[in-house]
Amino acid sequence: MKKRIFLWITVSLFIAGAVSLLASEHPDGYEKAGEQLGFIERATSYLHSPLPDYAIPGVDSWVSSSLAGIIGVALTFVIFLLLGKLAGKRR
Amino acid sequence: MHIPDGILSPTILAAGAVVSVVVLAKSVQESKKNLEQTAVPIMGVMAAFIFAAQMVNFPLLGAAASGHLIGGALAAYLFGFWPTTLIMTTVVTIQAVVFQDGGISVLGVNILNMAIIAPLAASVVYKLLRNSKVPVSVMVFIAGWVSVVVTAAFAAIQLGASHVVSYQLALQTLILWHAIIGIGEGLITGAVVPFARRSSFFLGGREERIR
Repeated sequence: MKKRIFLWITVSLFIAGAVSLLASEHPDGYEKAGEQLGFIERATSYLHSPLPDYAIPGVDSWVSSSLAGIIGVALTFVIFLLLGKLAGKRR
Repeated sequence: MHIPDGILSPTILAAGAVVSVVVLAKSVQESKKNLEQTAVPIMGVMAAFIFAAQMVNFPLLGAAASGHLIGGALAAYLFGFWPTTLIMTTVVTIQAVVFQDGGISVLGVNILNMAIIAPLAASVVYKLLRNSKVPVSVMVFIAGWVSVVVTAAFAAIQLGASHVVSYQLALQTLILWHAIIGIGEGLITGAVVPFARRSSFFLGGREERIR
């Protein structure tokens, strides 16, 4: 099982770090509907995140979003492990 | 499908947060009883995979718009509804806090939509089709599509209830776009499930188990 988990993490890192660079820049369905119906202009942000819009501030090139994706995958895995440990059955 | 700050009314934001907290409390209760520690790394991998897949916006052919996977139908097929709410909540929360994707004031509503409604809709499809002759690939495609369209309908109702636009316009526009995006969700879900099956990424490792 360890090997399989390693494989899936590798694939996830590849998707977030490389395939994501090919992602469409067009607005998603919600934003598109918001453009059509005129409500997306009201959108704002109350929180300044460390890696806004999947980019590392100050780094501009594909490296920025690639690294952000890799950090995101690692963070998601680690945080779920902690959550699972707390929320799951006791050993 | 990540709703930004500044759009929905405070009442709807509060209502979404309350419902999400109640459901997640129940999710934690369920996992305290049923979630084996051995399943945690497998679910963590799927959370990481869904985070990654959500970054890849696919273009909607012929339109200046895109869509991306939610992943609720995928996780619900593999792990069932309750564990999936924890997986999706982790993803949606990290997206809002670390990547400013989805407003922080809307976190409760975004969790309700993507971490609860989407897997719930998919789970209903699985329940209905479990004993039918429909092949797994078709079933997960349908579940993926339905999960996106139902989630879009909820997002539209939240807009209507916030008096942002009329219910009718919100429903029409959001459902139209997400009926297209849902095809992508269905196809990706259908493509990933066989690999997950091959890796025995099922809760408890039991093949064909759908809860």
